[in-house]
Amino acid sequence: MLFHSIFFYFFSIIAIFSALMVITSRSTINSVFFLILDFISIGCLFIMVGAEFLGIIILIVYVGAVAVLFLFVVMMLNVAQQKQSWFIGKKSSHIPFGLVVSVIIFLELLVVLGGWKYKKNIMSSSNLFINENISNTHLIGTVMYTDYILYFQISGIILLLSMIGAIVLTYQKKDNIKKQSYINQISREKITSIELKKVEFEKGVKIDD
Amino acid sequence: MIDIGLGHYLTLGAIIFSLGIIGIFLNRKNIIVILMSVELILLAVNINLISFSIFSGDILGQIFTMLILTVAAAEAAIGLAIIVVFYRNKGSIRVEDIHEMKG
Repeated sequence: MLFHSIFFYFFSIIAIFSALMVITSRSTINSVFFLILDFISIGCLFIMVGAEFLGIIILIVYVGAVAVLFLFVVMMLNVAQQKQSWFIGKKSSHIPFGLVVSVIIFLELLVVLGGWKYKKNIMSSSNLFINENISNTHLIGTVMYTDYILYFQISGIILLLSMIGAIVLTYQKKDNIKKQSYINQISREKITSIELKKVEFEKGVKIDD
Repeated sequence: MIDIGLGHYLTLGAIIFSLGIIGIFLNRKNIIVILMSVELILLAVNINLISFSIFSGDILGQIFTMLILTVAAAEAAIGLAIIVVFYRNKGSIRVEDIHEMKG
């Protein structure tokens, strides 16, 4: 139990610090690096608390795909010129309101937390209990591929839609690039592509005419 | 303090959620940091779901965490595509320069 608390405080302090650095660091690429650190420490917390499959999935999906996507976009766009320090330039009036709203939301979440203490027994609304004898991955698989197969397939459709949407949004048509024309390729026939010629003796045929 | 319970994880989730909201409101640089703040908020939601799932002995929260993960990945892809298109049209992604809709 002592090690559990030591590791919890270690990872959560790193996570909070890196979340703070994500929103306050000056250049965008440092924000992306701290976002990666945040994902890694939260993934370690998930593994530590007993959801090891989701911890690994967080590492794969967030660090391997989403953070690399952010890195690519930051490197492709010219954001290096646009870095400017905080509160320089025009003062905008929404910053104090934003701070007040954020603090109020945090206090409300803490009130919910305090109210939770009064209800001693956590009630579970479903009967998909965690069985200690089989592993976490096996358990997720047995629930997700049977009872929640519809949601699983809908999430696949969402991923397909986002892929198509990203391609459609960023596609640029260029004229100076030679591309394959599938219609022309498939609709070729023997008459248009092969021509038989009578070769005369000692004259040959000219090919390029 | 030594006993780590559900409240500790929920507090961590609340802190990261609030940091994400502060990041959305305070941002004056570019939109990419706003997208990263949205990712932080979704991560805080995942922390809450997984801690409830573990401490109540119910696997359902982890299923929903996977669905949220899918939606977060799709949202990041679409949002970054929109940012790339906007940069191609306007040449800037600063928050102050985005005022077409007079919001």
